Amino acid sequence: MSTYDVIIVGGGITGVATAYELAKKKAGKVLLLEKEFVSAGSTGSCAAGIRAQFGTEFNIGLMKRSLDKFEHLSEELDYPGEKIELWQGGYLVLAYSQKEWENLKTRVEVQRRLGINTEILSLEEIKARFPHLVLEGVYGGTFYQRDGHADPLHTTFAYAKAARRLGVEIREWTEVQELVKENGKIRGLKTRGELIPGERVLVAAGAWSSHLMKTAGVDIPIWGEKHEILITEPLERAFAPMVISFSIGYYIQQRPHGSFIMGIGPENPAHWHDPRDFDFSPSWRFLERMSTAAVGVLPMLQNVNIVRQWAGLYEMTPDAHHILGPIDEVPGLYIAAGGSGHGFMFGPIVGELMAEWILGEPLSYDISRLNYQRFQKGELVREPAVVG
Amino acid sequence: MDPKKIIICRCEDITLEDVRNAIKEGYTSWDQLKRVLRVGMGPCGGKTCRLLVLRELSQHLKVSLDEVKTRPTVVRPPLRATPFKVFAKEEK
Repeated sequence: MSTYDVIIVGGGITGVATAYELAKKKAGKVLLLEKEFVSAGSTGSCAAGIRAQFGTEFNIGLMKRSLDKFEHLSEELDYPGEKIELWQGGYLVLAYSQKEWENLKTRVEVQRRLGINTEILSLEEIKARFPHLVLEGVYGGTFYQRDGHADPLHTTFAYAKAARRLGVEIREWTEVQELVKENGKIRGLKTRGELIPGERVLVAAGAWSSHLMKTAGVDIPIWGEKHEILITEPLERAFAPMVISFSIGYYIQQRPHGSFIMGIGPENPAHWHDPRDFDFSPSWRFLERMSTAAVGVLPMLQNVNIVRQWAGLYEMTPDAHHILGPIDEVPGLYIAAGGSGHGFMFGPIVGELMAEWILGEPLSYDISRLNYQRFQKGELVREPAVVG
Repeated sequence: MDPKKIIICRCEDITLEDVRNAIKEGYTSWDQLKRVLRVGMGPCGGKTCRLLVLRELSQHLKVSLDEVKTRPTVVRPPLRATPFKVFAKEEK
């Protein structure tokens, strides 16, 4: 049996984007394994938001690169733009205290230095531009037009399809049981029925990653955390931006399709390390909290029908940033997971950078600080602008 | 009848031809078809289309209806489309 040059575990955005970028760089024989189907995990459950309004130079710069990629994805992947549903109606970030307001304004200074021209909006300006909003308790807001939405399902399918066209083999409904080493080096992996040899293996399995990495004796601090969202019936376009509060934890956006999609961070979520504990059941409590927050800020939603609620997993790390890069103790083994609620939006750029890393090319954006050893060294990467 | 003219999903306007083309493209489970076509994502929550789509899949895959793969979360609440005001609580 022939050996693959690279085997990727996980058919979410990170896995398929890396597979595509590797194939584009002619990385040889690339295989992607997915235990269910492409987009079945956290990518396919996510709320579809993409934004550059972060708080650190590192994240702003990285998301700026990712937005650039989203803006050209339809041509790059030769996939219909009306399916990728890129919508740049902006993110409107609302501040609910004086302190939060000051912090948001400080972040805008950093964003502007990096070419992200976020606007600072007074209460009056927000009222004038977004008359549907009730601004009780709001001090002000920030708005960046290029932020917005892309369909996570079709974006992932688009990458998978383009990767296949370039020769990547994608096997769905194929669960990886364990990673296989030989003389300390990665040798391949085992699925239920088969040993598949590979020179290099990338684990991009989201909240399932740490469990799999353990089979190679590597401890990676990623856990699953249940987050719930819901979606409404479609309406004519009434509201353009994603409106979001980091302090209350809600985010609400009308999709190009017309439906409103929204979520609110969980209260005291459990940390699940073992996939057998993962629970995707929707809760009544979420429905109440979400509805209360939603009609509070957008009373126009009162009579709008909710058609579906569901739960997905945030793949969390101790500092709410990805864990990316090679595993020193096991040459040939790599990880790209732990997006902590931002895996989809960072996906396109993480895919490109992981392909560079795996092929030994110089990184076009230095993501080496997101290495797995940072937790032992106490070199955590902090970001103030996150939900939940 | 012309598969182009047979509506499988009334909420999202998906025809039998759309479903068959997607199956041919490799989307061979209910969950995949839902994600690629939006069947079952409309206000009825799949009450009309799900069985029709599953039947197409069972014929294509040559397995019985109960052997077509679906995830345990295939039915998602609310069972009927319900407005926010039913769930929202008075503030404070």
